[in-house]
Amino acid sequence: MLRETAPAETRPGRRLTPRARLGIAAVLAVAVVAGFLLADTHGYASFVVPLRVRRLVALVLVGWAIAMSTVLFQTVTGNRILTPALMGFDALYVLLQTVVVFVFSASLLTGTDTRVQFLVETLLMVGFALTLFRRLFASGRYELHVLILVGMVFATLFRSIAGLLQRLIDPSEFQILQNLMFASFTTVDEDLVWLTAAVVAVVSVLVIRRLRVYDVLALGAGPATNLGVDHRRETTRVLTLVAVLVSVSTALVGPVTFFGLLVAHLAYHLAGTHRHAVVLPLAGLSAVICLVGGQFVLERLLEVTTTLSVVIELIGGLTFIALLIHRARRNLA
Amino acid sequence: MTATAETSARTRGHGVRAEGVTKRYGRSLVVDDVHLDLPLGGVTALIGPNGAGKSTLLSIVGRLLGADAGRVSVAGLDVATTRGDELAKRLAVLRQDNHLDIRLTVRDLVTFGRYPHSKGRPTAEDLEHVERALAYLDLTELADRFLDQLSGGQRQRAFVAMVLCQDTDVILLDEPLNNLDLRHAVAMMGRLRDAARELGRTVVVVVHDLNVASCYADTIVAMRDGKVAACGTPAEIMRPDLLEEIYGLPVRVHELDGQLIATYYG
Ligand SMILES: Nc1ncnc2c1ncn2[C@@H]1O[C@H](COP(=O)(O)OP(=O)(O)OP(=O)(O)O)[C@@H](O)[C@H]1O
Ligand SMILES: [Mg+2]
Repeated sequence: MLRETAPAETRPGRRLTPRARLGIAAVLAVAVVAGFLLADTHGYASFVVPLRVRRLVALVLVGWAIAMSTVLFQTVTGNRILTPALMGFDALYVLLQTVVVFVFSASLLTGTDTRVQFLVETLLMVGFALTLFRRLFASGRYELHVLILVGMVFATLFRSIAGLLQRLIDPSEFQILQNLMFASFTTVDEDLVWLTAAVVAVVSVLVIRRLRVYDVLALGAGPATNLGVDHRRETTRVLTLVAVLVSVSTALVGPVTFFGLLVAHLAYHLAGTHRHAVVLPLAGLSAVICLVGGQFVLERLLEVTTTLSVVIELIGGLTFIALLIHRARRNLA
Repeated sequence: MTATAETSARTRGHGVRAEGVTKRYGRSLVVDDVHLDLPLGGVTALIGPNGAGKSTLLSIVGRLLGADAGRVSVAGLDVATTRGDELAKRLAVLRQDNHLDIRLTVRDLVTFGRYPHSKGRPTAEDLEHVERALAYLDLTELADRFLDQLSGGQRQRAFVAMVLCQDTDVILLDEPLNNLDLRHAVAMMGRLRDAARELGRTVVVVVHDLNVASCYADTIVAMRDGKVAACGTPAEIMRPDLLEEIYGLPVRVHELDGQLIATYYG
């Protein structure tokens, strides 16, 4: 029973090792980063480059956070179509952002540091995400189409409530909030860059220490339990990390729906192994290449002002549809 | 249970012990106050009609599913309170349906069986276990194939190889003969019997073929409507009246070449 997409039996010797694939991706990422920082400085490198660094770091953080959260989420939920964004995580974060602004502006805290706001929102996000989603996923049994529906309902609900609240807020703040609803890679919230970098670094360390556990989790609840992995506890841990990562990326650029799916599948396809030690960094590097490279190409080479988010969401959305069709065909076959 | 099985259970310890295990889904009682006491070492066949509760019971014993009431201990360890990673070195369980969304080769899958021992960093000894398990189930030539490139029976053997590779005292298999051809079915039951006889493993298999149960099991546990309807040696269970009561179908039992063989076709 060969799947159509399955590559014909290839000789191991002629294929690149996973390590080599990672190496190539790393080199590409470095090249893209160098291009982004150094191109078109018109002799003002010492002035321009430092200005670009913060935006670069923000893009890298966003890409890395989205890639990691998507792959981890797909591992614990045992499917390759649902993503945190599709389950409404991003929308939930936007809602919490709105609520926080609403509450803060109503009180006398208007001048509060965005970093404090971010930390408050992230804590709320973890709490709400666990409350809403843990029971859904910890059992390890569910129907995919039910989850997709639940995700759509959640996302729509969160967005509507956020929209309603925004209408109740006074107009000057409404402008700020409206920016929250749409992703933009050009206007990054730069105040948050170093704080979120620290957060992402901590999450990455926690993830690296459990890479092998995630390999086992990907087998599903039954086999993972059989092999001695506490599925419920690990699922809770991963959902917590995912909530934090979604907070980071959404706080920096806004909600991005399909990008995670795109880079996760790039990584699954290119990794040549199931091991998270390869898949996760590869997904992260693919995301960096897409975001930083995409921004570089659009801004400097094509000199168009089309927002990158539109292009990326389009390609990601097409990936989503292709996956659904592929899956439906396989189920019919 | 027979007198000999009981004494051996007392002297050598329990393989599997269930006391008052109960599970309900909504209002239907799926496993109803089941008591089981299987000695360490030996093959036990779990039989019974569809929906009798075999898989549910096996999942509970294998701590894949929580019971509503009752206690289960396996190799002397209470499955509800023992740490999962400790238990995984003593108890291995395979479910009835195994589907993976990720792409793995047969060898990758079987290597996962060593995870409880190696925690994902297989040593040379672990890899030896893997190769042995592959050879044991006639998979050596398929070892580098992806699971989605295998036939149903080949895939089933790969999953069983993973579980055997775990090298545990107690092995629970839910319909391991699914999709297997005659030769591989006979080979697998032979392997399991060897594991029980030579290595002292306690093997519990759900099977639908009465004659497999009769010829390979030391103990047969027959379930019906969530209860243990009968439990004993093949000679005690392979009786026309008993089997007819369990399956609701006339069954004849013949002695052929020293084996008790049931026939039930028109
Ligand atoms: N998740 C569930 N929710 C509700 N009912 C269930 C669930 N799982 C099993 N059941 C019911 O429990 C009963 C026992 O199921 P179980 O899978 O244990 O049967 P079985 O003896 O293994 O049958 P088979 O020979 O068909 O594999 C069945 O009536 C089944 O419909
Ligand atoms: Mg069953």
